[in-house]
Amino acid sequence: VVLVQIYLPIAELPVNVLLLLGMGIAVGFVSGMFGIGGGFLMTPLLIFIGIPPAVAVASVTTHIAASSFSGAINYWRRGALDPALATMLLAGGVLGTGAGVWLFSLLRSLGQLDITIGLSYVTLLGAVGVLMIGEGIRAMLRHRQGKTLAVRRGGSHTWVHGLPFKIRFKQSRIYVSAIPVWAIGFVIGFVGAVMGIGGGFLLVPMLIYVLRVPTNVVIGTSMVLTLVTMALATVMHATTNHLVDAVLALILMVGGVVGAQFGTRAAQRIRSEQLRLLLGLLVLAVGLRFAFELVVMPDELFSIRLLGGA
Amino acid sequence: MAAARTVLFGVLAVLAAAPAAKAERLVTSLSNYRVLITSNFTGADLVLFGSVERDAATVARRGGYDVVVTVSGPSQGVVIRRKERVFGIWVNTESRIFIDAPSYLVMGSNRPLAEIADTAVRRQFATGLDQLVVSQLAGGSVSPVAQNDFFRGGLIRLKTREGLYSQDENAITFLTPNLFRAEIPIPANAPIGTYEIDAKLFADGVVIARDRSAFEIVKVGFEQFVAVVAHDHGALYGLATAGMALLIGFFASVVFRRD
Repeated sequence: VVLVQIYLPIAELPVNVLLLLGMGIAVGFVSGMFGIGGGFLMTPLLIFIGIPPAVAVASVTTHIAASSFSGAINYWRRGALDPALATMLLAGGVLGTGAGVWLFSLLRSLGQLDITIGLSYVTLLGAVGVLMIGEGIRAMLRHRQGKTLAVRRGGSHTWVHGLPFKIRFKQSRIYVSAIPVWAIGFVIGFVGAVMGIGGGFLLVPMLIYVLRVPTNVVIGTSMVLTLVTMALATVMHATTNHLVDAVLALILMVGGVVGAQFGTRAAQRIRSEQLRLLLGLLVLAVGLRFAFELVVMPDELFSIRLLGGA
Repeated sequence: MAAARTVLFGVLAVLAAAPAAKAERLVTSLSNYRVLITSNFTGADLVLFGSVERDAATVARRGGYDVVVTVSGPSQGVVIRRKERVFGIWVNTESRIFIDAPSYLVMGSNRPLAEIADTAVRRQFATGLDQLVVSQLAGGSVSPVAQNDFFRGGLIRLKTREGLYSQDENAITFLTPNLFRAEIPIPANAPIGTYEIDAKLFADGVVIARDRSAFEIVKVGFEQFVAVVAHDHGALYGLATAGMALLIGFFASVVFRRD
């Protein structure tokens, strides 16, 4: 039993390899099932088992880069991604990641990183979770009543479609301004770097509801953005904060890619609106867990951090 | 056990060769002067053997001897923060900077410190976690922190919870009236660096002899390689890690390819 303990060189503590592998497989299963990176589950789990939050956030970016790359390759083979749209999203995503890593370093030196991560999780996960659950329930009711709903509402234009610099994305069959595309990319890159999440669970609904991207190319395209922003975040976190634990990331990745295969298979047996409802419940649960921690009086009010980095 | 026996013989050999002296002298030897952190490091237990050296001219001590061993790790600058409730949520508000907090502080003795010496003596020799002396940086000037300071109490509590500070009043066993062994626990999260050992010999409530030595904790092999590269060549390390992620992702997509 002692043999499975491994000392993490950057986190500077020993952890159980089997526990990490198990977490990788579990989160990988979820990520394969829903076509997301799973960072919003992995980061809190790592913090829960005692990995310093800053190391957890920085190392999870590496883990997500691996799982989104293997996912992106699969979607690429099936032609289920839009390279042009992904490139435009990336233009904003790269800037957003840079800004996010900068804010991460600043908050860390001010001692407000943990609270920011906590508040962001509560707000984002709470809102997205509730929206997804609502949408999932409505879709299931429609299904029960035998009605079908076209996900692509062709004629329904919003103010987003009135913006200038319009570009035609052939694969996605949309004609839309570059401004919201860049903005979405920026937001995802930014949020991802600060919170240690890929942002897939945010990006997918944004692409569907704001840009009206057809569902068949959404996940593949979102994975390309996630892949590049997370790989970039890894390099930036490693350069500025020296917090990426390669050993930790490696164990998580190995578990993650295995789990993802089972997740993908499981997803094929569940209807898509049920999947969305399940994901919504999961997202909301994680958000509530963070809310609980912020509101309930902690058993220790003091915290300690080394001056001048880890 | 074999190592401990060797150390014991070593101490006895030193004893035999020691020159004549009137007051007691304290001689110690540690089981291991270099603790190596490898990938399976889960902490270590060091053993310090010590001998009270006396000769025919030394006065008899009716109360017997007491020993207190203090081991302190590299001192660090730390920020201690206190959470307060703001608009219903717990947020870090006040903070203090302590410039010289020991990263590790373990005190071992053969009986309760209060029975060994009175408060004045313990304060003079900083004996006991409650006598920890730290300095704070405030407004550009350095001043000692008061003993009843809440932030100092927070530091001691947090470090104790992490296993890095401890006070064990049974850590030292006298094997004979003049020969003792002290156990020094090194937790897995102990930082690397030089650790100082300060062994004090007490008789009738006063310090009569002292012996200082040091050992070091170092990362070796793969652990050291990763830590050094991550710190000194951050960009390269980041690129290599990201490259590893892509490689694993690629292999996964090939291995699990379904068509």
